Amino acid sequence: MPRHRQFASSALLQKIARHSLALVATVLLGGFLAAVLVRLAPGFEVDERQLDPRLNSESVHALVQARAAPHNIFSFYVRSLERAIHGDLGTSISLGQPVSSLLRERAPLTLRLVALGLILSWTSAMALGLSAAWLRTTAYDALTTVLSGTFLCIPAAVLALLSVLWNLPGALAIALIVFPQVHRYARNLLAKAYNLPHIITARAKGLSESRILFWHVVPVVAPQLLAVAGVSVNIAIGAAIPVEALCGLAGVGQLAWQAALARDLPLLMNVTILVTLVTLLANSSADVIGHVLRSQQA
Amino acid sequence: MVTKSRNAILVSALRVSALCIVLAGFALAQGGGELRFCLHSEPKTFDPLKVEDDASVSIRYLTGGVLLRINRQTQALEPELAQSWKVSKDAKQITFKLRSGISFSDGTPFSAEDVVYTVRQLMDPALHSPTGDSFRSGPGIVETRIISPTDISITFPAPVAGLDRQFDQVAILSAHSPKKEMAVLGPFMVADYKPGATVLLVRNPNYWKTDAQGKKLPYLDSIRLDIQPNRDVEMLRFKRGEVDLINSLDSEYFDKLWQIAPQVVHDAGPSLDSEQMWFNQVEKSPLPAYKKTWFRSASFRRAISEAINRDDLSRVVFRGHAQPAVGPISPANKFWFNAKLSAAAAYSRDAALKALQGEGFQLQNGTLKDKDGNEVVFSIITNSGNKYRERMATMIQEDLGKIGIKVNVVTLDFPSLIERMTQTFEYEAVLLGLTNTGLDPNEQMNVWLSSSENHQWNPSEKTPETAWEAEIDKLMREQASSADARARKKAFDRVQEIVVDEVPFIYLVNRNALSAVAADVQGASPVILSPQTFWNADRLEVKGERLALK
Amino acid sequence: MRLFRNNAWRTLACAVLLVVVVVSLAANWLAPAGYAKQYREATDAAPSGQHWLGTDEIGRDRFARVLYGTRISLLLAPAAALLSTLMAALIGGLAGYLGGTWTRAAMAVTDLFLSLPWLFLLITVRAVMPLNVTPLASVVVTFLLLGLLGWTSAARVLCATAGSLRDSDFVRQARALGVRPLRLFWLHVLPNLKPVLYAQFWISIPVFILTEANLGILGLGVAEPMPSWGSLLRELEGLVSLGEEPWKFVPLVLLAVVVTSFQFVLSEQQEAAA
Repeated sequence: MPRHRQFASSALLQKIARHSLALVATVLLGGFLAAVLVRLAPGFEVDERQLDPRLNSESVHALVQARAAPHNIFSFYVRSLERAIHGDLGTSISLGQPVSSLLRERAPLTLRLVALGLILSWTSAMALGLSAAWLRTTAYDALTTVLSGTFLCIPAAVLALLSVLWNLPGALAIALIVFPQVHRYARNLLAKAYNLPHIITARAKGLSESRILFWHVVPVVAPQLLAVAGVSVNIAIGAAIPVEALCGLAGVGQLAWQAALARDLPLLMNVTILVTLVTLLANSSADVIGHVLRSQQA
Repeated sequence: MVTKSRNAILVSALRVSALCIVLAGFALAQGGGELRFCLHSEPKTFDPLKVEDDASVSIRYLTGGVLLRINRQTQALEPELAQSWKVSKDAKQITFKLRSGISFSDGTPFSAEDVVYTVRQLMDPALHSPTGDSFRSGPGIVETRIISPTDISITFPAPVAGLDRQFDQVAILSAHSPKKEMAVLGPFMVADYKPGATVLLVRNPNYWKTDAQGKKLPYLDSIRLDIQPNRDVEMLRFKRGEVDLINSLDSEYFDKLWQIAPQVVHDAGPSLDSEQMWFNQVEKSPLPAYKKTWFRSASFRRAISEAINRDDLSRVVFRGHAQPAVGPISPANKFWFNAKLSAAAAYSRDAALKALQGEGFQLQNGTLKDKDGNEVVFSIITNSGNKYRERMATMIQEDLGKIGIKVNVVTLDFPSLIERMTQTFEYEAVLLGLTNTGLDPNEQMNVWLSSSENHQWNPSEKTPETAWEAEIDKLMREQASSADARARKKAFDRVQEIVVDEVPFIYLVNRNALSAVAADVQGASPVILSPQTFWNADRLEVKGERLALK
Repeated sequence: MRLFRNNAWRTLACAVLLVVVVVSLAANWLAPAGYAKQYREATDAAPSGQHWLGTDEIGRDRFARVLYGTRISLLLAPAAALLSTLMAALIGGLAGYLGGTWTRAAMAVTDLFLSLPWLFLLITVRAVMPLNVTPLASVVVTFLLLGLLGWTSAARVLCATAGSLRDSDFVRQARALGVRPLRLFWLHVLPNLKPVLYAQFWISIPVFILTEANLGILGLGVAEPMPSWGSLLRELEGLVSLGEEPWKFVPLVLLAVVVTSFQFVLSEQQEAAA
């Protein structure tokens, strides 16, 4: 028995090693693809300033020259990676500051926003989903559906503006954007689980709700809900862009938006790498936890 | 709950008193308060010589000290750091007599050496700044000579049109200060910058100006600039009393604010800016040949111009806060506007159609076709996010639909739009605005010279492709090399006539300069010239309680 | 009793959808002047006998625009949502069901899809498209792109679901009995993915409708003068700061009603299947 456990843990280690390797490869690929997408999109080699009629020909040429794209995007990427290993992430074209310091300054705010937004949205989504599953009243279910449906229909920009109007924290706006999506998945999955024959029987027998939830429902829905959790991190990051931009919050989302408008390749590449990393970490940890849960069940 | 709020009050009171102590030690607070408004983009630089974008221009205006200043209200040039000045007859040399006893914000004394240093930096060919380029009228070196500690002369290799007025844009740098460009001569100095959030300016304790009562200027203790690109948010915060000024206010917002608080909004009349549309006339563009023929025909362009109802554009899109545009110069530019061009092209659907029929176009079943039977269809591109341009384009779409022309409106993000306009020439018509910062037509030089990149309808022509473009080239050069204002005016009047006649740009409207100033700001008198509301920032005060508008 | 109530809700939802569809199809009769006509003397007007929902900023009848916008969005958004749901089912479901390397590879691709800046792909698509496309073609292309790019989050959840099904007793037994894998997937795995598929479909409709409007900034999506729900909803952005004009909320209410109705239609089937 001890030997068996040892074997299992080394397999787990191997799995983690394999996961991390795949993770690094995917992140690097993500950065490269982002660079290619940005490079190929029109408007890469232009600068808004070149429309200034006060500039003479030499200055316009100098501006265009300064924007001239790297000829070989692949070698450009490899060189950027080499520099990145030495801690140099390049310099933002539009802001003229080192990318590393920009990200360092702004990441904490976004992290806090996204984390708080996720906690709020998950708490409310699970509360509504569970209560609907327990009550099994169609009217209540309809009410929660209308509620989350309405939030789903309000443009993110409007939610962000409303949070400015009512002086609410930006995290709440993010929560309201993420909430309906999480709620829909949670509600559907929980409703299905509570409709399973053995759970209906258990409830009929009068088992306590918490016992049913933790012994019977959670094992059924956990893998899916974990996957939703992983994905919701990405949704929240996406929501951070309009919220930060409109609420005047100086986070990575606002930075990414400015970078996109200015075709700021070094900045966009690094932001994508960061987002890919966070997405992968969130999803992989959801996978790993799901896997551990399943193997424990088995 | 009660104790909590009491605590909060205590804490904030402590904070405020601590702040007061800091401020008192730092500079003598005058109690002029803090002015707050929004910048619409991130300032790209604090170096006054490199300034290009609007946000940086605003900061330069508030922090930089200049030799001469254009009074934004009277449009006259006034002495600042220079007590007096003189431009030579050949428009190549300018001499300044400087004020003495002035020092930079960090205490470094101001002298003629600083002016020399600034001019040298500005004229460095590697700098590529719009301010520098406006002085660069010909090849050669700019010579600066210090005659005495307060007298200086600057000689340019070729005549510079409107030489003295251009010094309004040149903020003087210190040659010696260790703080480099952060040592300033203007009323305020940058104290703090949080990228993406705020720029905090505080009063420059060494600012040289005093008011009539001998009180030191500026009155304000500080100015807080919030970086907020979104106009809706800016408006919200203004209504809540968190922002004191709005420059170039949206006309919709103007009307709504006027309904609730008419005293806070100001319509200063037509501004210098124009909204215009033009056709792609580039010979090597990838357009089909028959479309090039349309766009290169002046009568086609004139007919289109005639078929656009400018009165409706001003009335509907701008809610009356705009005037139909006459030509390249706004009537607001009192000296340079050609008064003979009295009215904008009159709207006449029938006349437009008749003119087109004279050119061989035919209206068949509600569709206009050229003489070879090609349907007249073209797209208008404009930058996305500007609802006024989108609405104007949609109205033009309907107007032209009435003479059988099918217009597709496409909004593009700005970089894509610029690429099409300047590199690939894959477009048919563009609707954009031209922002005129200065009054002098010389600032538009690169729009009119056929060899220039910014000659938008057909950039970088090797030789002028049409006789009228050749004539414009000649007139523009003529006015630039003259110091005689009347001769310059005559030449540029002719340019305006040619442009109105040949319609390379279809001028649509001149927007009014709309602004909002909160009731607690005293001393404001918004004008049409930028910066509309805070041109007299050193004399503004914020007093009384900030109130939210209901 | 519960079943009856459920059915009542479902019937109501179906009726609502039917009414919306019929009314939007009858737009030609209900709003004969069309969605593009500019009443330039009555811009930004309040509701009146002539304009039931008032007019927009350049004087177009809002009621007509809502009706025609409904046609576009109600037809195309569910189609795109269906496409993305199918793609999610295929990619996520199969990857999870096949397991091992398949799962890992598919999920790595999915994660990449989730994090890439697709904005730039869309900008490129706009550049490749000719400028003179009809508004309808532009909006169809946009929804197609949304459908092709929108499957990722659902695929992840589906993969997890299919993965846990693969390990479940009944699938193991079936496999041991020699049921062919594809048949097994079709008969036993796919039905169990329904809650996730319905969730994905339902979420996608409003999300796509709103995204379509946001893509207007790239010159994609519906072009002037054609209306879509998304472009009508964008009016709300200015409204927040402008104050109370309740009739401008009609498109939002309508979209919320339609989206909720969709949920009831789907929700009932799901419980019946369980």
